[in-house]
Order: sequence, then structure tokens, then C-alpha cells
Amino acid sequence: MQRELISRRLEEKFGRAFLIAAALFFVVLMPSLNAFASPDSMLHISGFTLNLFGKYLAYAILALGLDLIWGYTGILSLGHGIFFGLGAYCMGMYLALAIGAEGVYKSVLPDFMVWNQVKELPIFWKPFQSFPFTLAAVVIVPSLFAAGFGFLVFRTRIRGVYFAIITQALALSAWLVFNRNEMNLGGTNGLTGFKKILGYELGSDGTQRGLYIATAIVLCGAYLLCRSIVNSRAGRILLAIRDAEGRVLYSGYTPSHYKLFVFTVSAALAGIAGALYAPQVGIITPGRIGVLPSIEMVIWVAVGGRGTLIGAIIGAISVNWARSFLTSNFPNYWLYFQGGMFIFVVHFMPDGIVGLVRGLPEFTRKLMGKRNHSAQSPSGDPEAARD
Amino acid sequence: MANTILFMEDVSVSFDGFKALNKLNFSIDYGELRCVIGPNGAGKSTLLDVVTGKIRPDSGSVIFKETTHLDRMQQEEIANAGIGRKFQTPTIYENLTVRDNLELSAKQDKTVKSMLFGGISGSVSVKVNEVLDIIGLEEKQLLRAGLLAHGEKQWLEIGMVVVQDPDLFLVDEPVAGMSDRETENTAVLLKRIAEERSVLVIEHDMNFVREIAKRVTVLHEGAVICEGSIDHVHADQQVIELYLGRG
Repeated sequence: MQRELISRRLEEKFGRAFLIAAALFFVVLMPSLNAFASPDSMLHISGFTLNLFGKYLAYAILALGLDLIWGYTGILSLGHGIFFGLGAYCMGMYLALAIGAEGVYKSVLPDFMVWNQVKELPIFWKPFQSFPFTLAAVVIVPSLFAAGFGFLVFRTRIRGVYFAIITQALALSAWLVFNRNEMNLGGTNGLTGFKKILGYELGSDGTQRGLYIATAIVLCGAYLLCRSIVNSRAGRILLAIRDAEGRVLYSGYTPSHYKLFVFTVSAALAGIAGALYAPQVGIITPGRIGVLPSIEMVIWVAVGGRGTLIGAIIGAISVNWARSFLTSNFPNYWLYFQGGMFIFVVHFMPDGIVGLVRGLPEFTRKLMGKRNHSAQSPSGDPEAARD
Repeated sequence: MANTILFMEDVSVSFDGFKALNKLNFSIDYGELRCVIGPNGAGKSTLLDVVTGKIRPDSGSVIFKETTHLDRMQQEEIANAGIGRKFQTPTIYENLTVRDNLELSAKQDKTVKSMLFGGISGSVSVKVNEVLDIIGLEEKQLLRAGLLAHGEKQWLEIGMVVVQDPDLFLVDEPVAGMSDRETENTAVLLKRIAEERSVLVIEHDMNFVREIAKRVTVLHEGAVICEGSIDHVHADQQVIELYLGRG
């Protein structure tokens, strides 16, 4: 029993060192190698690679939020694509307006509006000419949506599979809505053709590096935020809700308030992730909102290890890295690989990559222990070795 | 009435035509330790569900401390009004430490805001230490609760209710699955807890009931058929036919 306490303390120590190293690696080292290492050197990181990692880190921000609601509170949301999409579309609207009259049709309206014969900028587009407004909307729009939806759903004590199904239906309907041209959000093609952000050319290496660094810093901030929530007493209530919601209720807490809180925070993080995604990838379409991407997000967290914040980050980065690698080298097999990976993780690694790493010391100790014992028992009696 | 902590009058609950409680009249006094027994389906657990607000009665009234109408309140409101419940199977937070389990359950401001930003108050810590002593888990307080033995989990849950400091403590089959020794310890524990509050125990184990209860209520088909000392109940012809005779 003492052993568990000691290993917990060790893990904390190693964990902190690892985190600081990882933060420095992503925030400082990667962009430096991109900016300063000569392109011929082995250490150089290309703009393309850095941009890919910018996308992964944005996904990691979303994964953190998803882990809060699923890993910690035990509520499976299959609709996080919506919140990601809301954030991405808010930023996309700003970026589309920032194109100005440099689009294909040389109109101040985004190209698709000209194409759809919209004469005047729709009223809900207007505030997105302001960057500060956009930044606020990126957080507030998904949060409000999540809060409204959560208020209705959590109050009626809908949970478990039913909650998952409802969020999935919501993702499907959001996808349908965003596909409609009448929404004035670019329909199936989404928003694209972005040229500038805050006056900087999006196509330049420097701007993309800046966006990457911003994403990495926001990820660090999101991690610290989630950690402070998880380590607070409210964080323990989240775990308590996951383990025994009935007990929480009978202890005089209102679980629905806690769920609503964490669901809203989670949606805000997804929105921020979307807003960082849009300028780096250069396009946002309804395809990023629907049922499939929402399920993929859950897979990231499952692979990394739900219920640990670092697991969510590792999962988002590694799964998406594998995806980039496999889709460029074996384009036909990615979907099989993804499906197989999910089944494998659920069956054999329920605690994901983090669980695997955590299990290592115990595993080696067992291995070593067995060896020592069999060395000690002279007769080689298997019964003696077992104790 | 003035001495009554819980008063139930003409309470009926039915599920798809099945009457789980049938015009039940039932009351407990302040400071009393009461046992409720009865065959399966007699309505024992439904009784607890009604008192704790999990099930709303179809008719009748449930009054706590003379003025509080429980049949109109939410579950967490009832908990905060001073009614604690220990479930039949140990229901604890397996992934939190024993101490955390108790600290979260203690009486305090339970809003999201105060749990998010506030630290633990000194009085809660003192109370938790007291309860750790009562339930005998002091040395295991930093252990993950999931690692406890079955009996210890039951005691931890009892402790979680005690630390809430309820005026009425409802206990659902506390000794099911316990060894004789654990059962004995649980009896001592419940008697100690009952010194400061009213306790209602639902139990099948007649030896345990004999050990702890002064008054016993027998339920059958959702109504009280007999009430009194354990010997009185044992001597009742109807009870013998219905319940005890089978054992």
C-alpha cells in the first residue's frame, strides 16, 4: 500500500519534468529550428511540418476539453465537432472578410456570396470585421451554445448512452445546417481563400510560424487551466460524478451544475481550437463539424489515455501524426488503420498510451521479481516461485 | 408529533399498477434507532426512495421535522435539509482517496464556484478526522478507496453519510455480504452513530436486527403490519406466517 503512494509521488516528479521539457520543445525548439536552422541541415524543420504540427496542437486543445467531460466526468460527447466548427467558422468569417476586394470577383463580399448573388453583407457577418470581436466570439459562441444545450439536457438527467446519441444527432443536424447555402456560410465548400490575418500574409512562413507559436502557447495555457480545474475540489467532484453520481446527489451536490460547467469549458476549448485551426489549414468546411470528425476526436482521447490530461494531448498529436503519415504513404489504408486502432485500444489498452507507460514500472518489477524468486528457490519449484 | 422527526401519512406509490407502498403510515422519533424488516417486495427500498426524493409519492405526505415537506423537494435539497442515505451496495468514489471521499461529503458550501475556488475549511478537516477515527480507517486515509476491502467500503460510505451530519440517517442493508466479525463491528458503529441522531435501518439479517434495534417495523405489501419491540414482533402470528416462518 505504501508502494502506491511512493509511485504516485515519483510519477508527479517525472511528470512535471516531462511536461516542462515538452512545452519547451513545442513552444521554443520547433519554431527555432524552423526559423534558424539552415534548410540543408538535418535539424531543420520545414514550414510544412511546422504547419502540420500547428494543426495537431490545435486538436490537442480540443482533446483536453473533451477529456474533461469524458475522461474525468464520464460523459461521452459525440458532438464536439460542432463546438470546434463554431470557433473555426467565427475565425473563418473574420478571415474571409479580411480578404477584402482581393478575391476572385474583386468584391468586398466573400467570393461565395457573389457567386450566390448575395448583394449585401448579411447582418451577422458585420461584427466579424473586428478582430477583437472575433476573438471574443470564438470563445463565447460555442460556450453559449453548449450552455444552452447542456442546460436542457443535464437538467432532465439524461446521461450515458442517451447523452452520446443526442450529441451525435446534434452533430448531424449541425452538419446539415452548415451545408445549406441559405446560411450564408459558404455551404458545402465552407470558407476558404483566406489571404491575411491582422494585415500579415497568411502564406508567409513568418505568419505561419507566429500562428504555430500562438497555438503552442494557447495549448500550454489550456493545459494549465484544465489542470487547475482537475486539481481543485470541483475536479474531485467531477471524478465523483463519474464513479458514483447517485452518491454525489445524496451528498447534497447538484451534479447537473457541475456537468454544465465542465461541458461549457470543454466547448470553449473546442472553439478556441477551431479558431487556431482555420488560419493554419486555410479552410473550414462542414466536413469538419459532422458525426465522423466528432467520433475521431473521441478516438484521440481514447488512444492517448482518457482521464489524464497529458494523455489527451499525446493522443491528439500521435493519432493525427499517424494519420498524416499513413494517408500520404498508404492512402487506402488509413480508415482501416483508424478503426483497427480504436478496437485495439478499447480492448487491450483501456488506459491508452499513458496507461501503458504507467504500467511499465509495475510490469518490469513483476518481471524482475519473478526472476529473483526463481533464482532463490533451489528446487525450481513453481509453487515456491509464485509467492 | 412534537417528538417526531419523520412523519409519513397515507403514502402510496405504484409502478404500472403494482402498489409498492399502499397508504403507508410511518413515523420515527428524534434520537430513535429503528429497523424496518419485511419480505422482498414489501416496499422497504421504496420507502427510502420516497423519503430521499428519488421517487415522488402518488399521494400522501412526507414531513420532516414538522414543517419540511419532502415530497416537494429535489434529492440534493433533501440531503442538505439533513437526511443522509447509505446505499445497499457500497457506493463510494473508487478513484479518490479515502480522505477525499469524506472531505467531499462533509457539510459545506457545495456550489461549483466555492468548490472551484475555495479551499477546505478547518472545521471540515477536524470533522473528517473525527469520522476517520469512528470508522477505523485513519491509517488508510490516503489510499485510493477502490483498494479497500468490502467491509471497509461499507464503513467508508457510512462515514461519508456521518460526516454530512444528517439528523436522519437511512441505512439500506448495511451488513449484506459482511463476515460475522464485520457485522459485529457494524452494529457497534451504528449504535454509536445513533447516539446523536435518528437512524432508520433496513435489514434482512435478524440477528443483526436483534442486536441493534429497540423498535422494529414490519412491512408487507406496502403497508405496516406490525410494530414494536423485537420480541413483540417475533411473537406476532401474522409476521411469523409471512416472513419469519419462511426462514
